Amino acid sequence: MSRVYPPTAKWHEMERAGIIPQAGNAEEYTVGGWRNEHPVRDNECCIDCLFCWIYCPDNAVNIKDESVKYQGFSADHCKGCHICAAVCPKDCITMVPGGEFSPDEPGQSEEE
Amino acid sequence: MGKRIALEGNEAVAEAMRQINPDVVAAYPITPSTEIVQNFAQFVSDGEVTTNFVAVESEHSAMSACLAAAVAGGRVMNATSANGLALMWEILYIVSSLRQPVILSVVNRALSGNINIHCDHSDSMGARDTGWLQIFAEDVQEAYDNLIQAVAIGERMDVRLPVMNCLDGFLLSHSYELLQVEDDQAVKDFVGPYQQWKPLLDIENPVTYGPLDLYDFYFEHKRSQMEAYPPAKQAIIEEGKRFGEVFGREYGLIEGFMTEDADFVVVALGSTCGTLRDVVLEQREKGVKAGMLKIRAFRPFPAEEIAMALQNASAIAVLDRAASFGAHAGPLYHEVTSAMYTHGKAVPTNNYIYGLGGREILPDDLSSVYDDLQQVATAGQPWSPVSFLGLRE
Repeated sequence: MSRVYPPTAKWHEMERAGIIPQAGNAEEYTVGGWRNEHPVRDNECCIDCLFCWIYCPDNAVNIKDESVKYQGFSADHCKGCHICAAVCPKDCITMVPGGEFSPDEPGQSEEE
Repeated sequence: MGKRIALEGNEAVAEAMRQINPDVVAAYPITPSTEIVQNFAQFVSDGEVTTNFVAVESEHSAMSACLAAAVAGGRVMNATSANGLALMWEILYIVSSLRQPVILSVVNRALSGNINIHCDHSDSMGARDTGWLQIFAEDVQEAYDNLIQAVAIGERMDVRLPVMNCLDGFLLSHSYELLQVEDDQAVKDFVGPYQQWKPLLDIENPVTYGPLDLYDFYFEHKRSQMEAYPPAKQAIIEEGKRFGEVFGREYGLIEGFMTEDADFVVVALGSTCGTLRDVVLEQREKGVKAGMLKIRAFRPFPAEEIAMALQNASAIAVLDRAASFGAHAGPLYHEVTSAMYTHGKAVPTNNYIYGLGGREILPDDLSSVYDDLQQVATAGQPWSPVSFLGLRE
């Protein structure tokens, strides 16, 4: 069962006080459609410091849990806000015009 | 058994707060409500309560701290007046929207400008759409009793709404009256232990309060909030009845005084109802079938009860201790006449604005209203526009 209300949900089906009783549901709220620029990572210079992962306001930087390594950007959650590019200490992230991530671009691997 | 002692309105409210011993009081002083939190702060310092007293830097912060403490899972109280209430305005809406039963004693005072510290109802009336329940006291006993009931009403699981305990500034807040103060334990038993509803500090069951809520869901949430007010009305009746069973003083949404057979009924809020009782008796001695209708609960507004209570009158006067600038009459007049109209009761109704900024309302002023009503009944229509009592004109 989806944890998100369908757009047809009626007023008497709402939670009291408009609370959200489930934790971690930001994952289900996609904001990728807001993006008109997207980040591209230079694989050669990345040192896997994961500043981009820490600072991303939308959890749009995927990491591999076991290795704590960068695994690409989430097309569903990246708003193209530039924060990852701004905080990267090695200037490895460049913002590229256009909202579409391309699998051919360096640093963009499959989403988990 | 309690005790009969003389207290000021502010002292009586502080005494009820001491007996209830809330978890958190976050307050900022403003005349004429200052003594409530001043006395309560003394109780905290003396160890008579275990309340966490938060001294903040403004009323906006005070209500914000109250909201946070309530959402965290505590029983929360506060007091303010006039401009202090106005500064809380933004947070008032959030407290009611998030369904937190915060109890706020509003010691009614005129809003600036020009600056004035005395009684009128412009502060509470400005907050009438905020979603808070509003209960008005006629005397010091009621200010004490209403605070205790407010806790029981607001905290009911089918209600969960904040309540304003309104009492007239200086007229009640700084007037000594003999009242019955009940035993501490009896008061604690009446309100019961605080029942939490989805508190933020329940980390095993995390919830989010107050997220972004745009055109796709906000409307549904507001509509569901409206559903809380009919149960709140019922709660005021039931808790008022229970209070009567426990302490011998029963309360309701409204209280009529000699309205049963009255031709001429004056409707009012707050301490003026006490003066009206004397005037009604004087009028009755003169053979005028006078009556008074006190509106105790202004929010939720008991429209049906008022219409039923006033339906047999020949003429009605509604007294407003606040102006509604740009409107064609005072706020209470709008509500009462709307209640009458929607229940199909056509009775000529006059509006009087009185007592702004603490201007005295005297028995002679009120007698003149009953004189007017006799003329209105003969003419078959109300006067227009509003009239003023006690104004130099």
